Amino acid sequence: MFPVKELKRSALISLWFAFLTFPIMVIKVNPIERTVDWRWDNMYFVAIGSFVISILSKVYLIRKERRSGRKKISRALTEPFMQRILREPRFLYPLSLAILVFAIAFPYFFSTYQTNIMTTALMYVVLGLGLNIVVGVAGLLDLGYVAFYAVGAYSYALLNMHFNMGFWTVLPIGGLFAAFLGVLLGFPVLRLRGDYLAIVTLGFGEIIRLILENWNDFSQGPSGIANISRPSFFGMEMSFDGGITYIYYLVVALVVFTIFVVNRLQNSRLGRAWLALREDEIACQAMGIDKTKTKLIAFSLGAFWAGLVGVIFAAKTTFVNPASFTFLESAIILSIVVLGGMGSIVGVIFGALILILMPEYLRALSEYRMLAFGGILVVMMVFKPDGIISNVRRSYRFKKHISHQTSDQS
Amino acid sequence: MDYFIELFFGGLTRGSIYALIALGYTMVYGIIGLINFAHGEIYMIGAFTAFIVATVLSIYGFPALAIIIIAGLAAAVWSSSYGYTVEKVAYRPLRKAPRLAPLISAIGMSIFLQNYVLLAQTSDFLPFPALIPEFAFMEPVAHIVGSSDLVILVTTAVVMIGLTFLIKFTKIGKAMRATAQDKTMAVLVGINVDRVISATFIIGSALAAIGGLLIASHIGQINFYIGFIAGIKAFTAAVLGGIGSIPGAVLGSLVLGLTESFATGYVSSDYEDVFAFSLLVLILIFKPSGLLGKAETKKV
Amino acid sequence: MKSALKKKLFVTAVALSFAMAVPAAGIAGDTIKLGVAGAQSGDLASYGLPTVKAAELVVAEYNAKGGINGKKVELLIEDDVCKPEVATNTATKLVTDGVDVVLGHICSGATKAALPIYKEAGVVVMSPSATNPGLTQSGDYPNFFRTIASDDAQAKTEVDFAINVIGAKKIAVIHDKGDYGKGLAEFAKTFIEKSGKAEVVLFEGVTPGAVDYTAIVQKIKRKGADAVIFGGYHPEASKIISMMKKKRMTTTFISDDGVKDDTFIKVAGKNAEGVYASGPQDNSTNPVSVAAIAAHKKAYNSDPGAFYENAYSAALALLNAIEKAGSTDMAAVVKALQTEKVETPVGNINFDAKGDAVGVGFAMYKVENGKYVEVK
Repeated sequence: MFPVKELKRSALISLWFAFLTFPIMVIKVNPIERTVDWRWDNMYFVAIGSFVISILSKVYLIRKERRSGRKKISRALTEPFMQRILREPRFLYPLSLAILVFAIAFPYFFSTYQTNIMTTALMYVVLGLGLNIVVGVAGLLDLGYVAFYAVGAYSYALLNMHFNMGFWTVLPIGGLFAAFLGVLLGFPVLRLRGDYLAIVTLGFGEIIRLILENWNDFSQGPSGIANISRPSFFGMEMSFDGGITYIYYLVVALVVFTIFVVNRLQNSRLGRAWLALREDEIACQAMGIDKTKTKLIAFSLGAFWAGLVGVIFAAKTTFVNPASFTFLESAIILSIVVLGGMGSIVGVIFGALILILMPEYLRALSEYRMLAFGGILVVMMVFKPDGIISNVRRSYRFKKHISHQTSDQS
Repeated sequence: MDYFIELFFGGLTRGSIYALIALGYTMVYGIIGLINFAHGEIYMIGAFTAFIVATVLSIYGFPALAIIIIAGLAAAVWSSSYGYTVEKVAYRPLRKAPRLAPLISAIGMSIFLQNYVLLAQTSDFLPFPALIPEFAFMEPVAHIVGSSDLVILVTTAVVMIGLTFLIKFTKIGKAMRATAQDKTMAVLVGINVDRVISATFIIGSALAAIGGLLIASHIGQINFYIGFIAGIKAFTAAVLGGIGSIPGAVLGSLVLGLTESFATGYVSSDYEDVFAFSLLVLILIFKPSGLLGKAETKKV
Repeated sequence: MKSALKKKLFVTAVALSFAMAVPAAGIAGDTIKLGVAGAQSGDLASYGLPTVKAAELVVAEYNAKGGINGKKVELLIEDDVCKPEVATNTATKLVTDGVDVVLGHICSGATKAALPIYKEAGVVVMSPSATNPGLTQSGDYPNFFRTIASDDAQAKTEVDFAINVIGAKKIAVIHDKGDYGKGLAEFAKTFIEKSGKAEVVLFEGVTPGAVDYTAIVQKIKRKGADAVIFGGYHPEASKIISMMKKKRMTTTFISDDGVKDDTFIKVAGKNAEGVYASGPQDNSTNPVSVAAIAAHKKAYNSDPGAFYENAYSAALALLNAIEKAGSTDMAAVVKALQTEKVETPVGNINFDAKGDAVGVGFAMYKVENGKYVEVK
């Protein structure tokens, strides 16, 4: 079943990796005591490991080839399973209902800890959906998204500390602050394209974090702001467990609201303008779309969601400091969007749940946790470059009937 | 005035450090349009390899000159191998994928490599041996320019000139330019695009390794995380100068290094990075493709 | 391996089964649960792992003696990576698992984020390393204790030393913009200004991890500082000190217990000679401390890491208080901690009303011949 040529190839690959990892994996020096530790067993592990992985991936490729050859014809006509479910209302509605019921019942069946991390994951769902507007739909690569998240969190922390303002008052204010900042950032960078835009947004994110870190009188610097009030429920104070459940429901409601809005937006005139902008700016202008306005709205809307989640973040942890808003955070939110499938709402939800819950459940791997995380990111991209659930483009197709006369009406 | 000169040379050194890393970024970007986030990690691995080899050799009593040459070669060889492998494993399968897929793959690779070195070696900071000797003739000006500063400045200049020659006048350089302009067309005229891209990664990684050796020797310490911060700064510098352009990367790095040095010297190091990034935004507003980047005219 | 469809189902199933996997909540009552929280992975792991080892050793010792009042002590170890948002998850997990007392967290920021959760649940927390003064002095956290002195006490030690012993008149205060370093530097600045005997010629932060510190070093030189007080950790300190040596400067360098770490001497090498650093009082003659270090060497065949003695002391103090109080009720444990003295590696201690250990202070050390020696 397995050709000898492939075995030879795998052997070569394993030799290559043994060579590649030789200095880092095998030699460990102690420069103080001037001793060298030669860890040869590591080399055998690497060699055997890479041999096995290379064979497995080859088997996978051979099978895939065989299958695609067999299914070539049928494939073209049928859509992938998930997308079919998502398109058919008779599947979609009961499914969404079931998920909603599950989400509502969740705190009753699981521990507070589970509810707490689920809340975090759902917060990232909203962040992902917000960034999806900017990156996935409008095609503007934003590497500093976390800045808006920080603005939301600090809005609540500061307004609560100085003016004792409540959660519900600040929630919209935080969102609006972030949206305003989105416009502010949007203006100067509108001329930039692609990766130039990416680096400027990255710089912008860093600037916001550095200001929070250095301007002590304003933000209390790196030691952060503690004792932020939890949200109240019509003036009632809640127990600790109750508070967590309450925030959980709040986030669930926010997720539902976000999905609703984003879904409506994508099918609106504005949403189609964004898509057009993503595909071809010049053609888009020629069609009479106001480029400036469309881009700015994308930026500010994306930022708005980040601001909202920021406020919730501050209320949930009751403590903020600049260390929570580093570039890595932006990179993770971006990974959620790309991994899930750019432009696809369901994809982003899956992406957020997987990427945020994975490190929590990988706790068992302890120190290998982040190694696995990085590796999985690469492997997932290599095998599914379009994301877990790629976006279905709205397509209008003429159905070809056997009898040509009555074709296009249906 | 003395103070100004001191800050100026400090800025030059810092800029040259960025330049050694930025060159790799700009080469890769110029050819396949990918922000190679793992490049900072390649630099870190170069520094680590140099550290390991140099320490082993010094334990076995090799002479200083032999140590620096062998450690430099080993760093270059292994960094290039890592660069080549990373491209093959994480980027090549994604060449026809959507634009952002390789970017995420690069971020994943960066996290992976950091943790790989963390686990295989240590999370502690390690003392990097001072491979660059203190030159006697530099002693009178040592309070302004140290020996290692001088070596870094000279190396950057040599590397930049060498690279420009390589790209302008050699066969592989020609092939690189052709691939950068139009991949499909390059294939049609008989260029092995895969090989050209591999070569770009190998050269860029070797440069990063030399940078790693010199910089680590200058700072005197390494750990698994040094690549990330240096990488982001170098990338900023490459964009500032016009990404894809070799002289641009060096110019951008120097401008960035000098800005940071003067900002610290005359204002405050609290806002050093704020100055750096604000400068980037300002320059890009007026020159949207960087200092020396070619303005893209898009045909419809 | 799997077809596209199967893979999707697989991913879904994995995601769901992750969500379902509820950790079995411990059976309450028959054991005393000691939680250990702190950075156990990531770049700050070297500050959190020694605490885990200390807790393991103390608990093993207690259990070998038959536990506390007939109950065995059980360890619940959770990682918070020193991040506030993760720390709240960690704290929630510990509380959900029915923890009785907690040893941790390691970083001040993470501790601040986690404390309200423990407070609500009535859990006493004792940190071996969180030095932010607000934790005890604000009075917000009646359930918080620590076996390390706070930043302001440390800054006071450093400033007194710089002014009275070194005789510095112009002091440059440098920090690493971090939670710990900047907080300490600010206290140092205030104390110098209050003393009236010296002036602060420079107060600035450096960017941790930057490739080069030439500019800031030149600035220190230009300001004519005769001493530098640095707040932060050893990697930045050794970069600054070696840059100063390269520029042929002889300014006195004074730092904190983030630098009073043997790694600093290893990394900075001969440049470290003559550097002053404040650190916890020398306990090398204390028999409990000697025994604790010997236990570590026996169990792990290596020298203990950062905050090991503080963690060992905290574990002893917590378990002793439970034993004396006869219950794990918060009020009873707090009372026992305040009234009952206990013999620990950092001395014979009890705690004041705010939660700081009485009798734990700082001393100054100097690097001489590659070793930290206490300055008498």
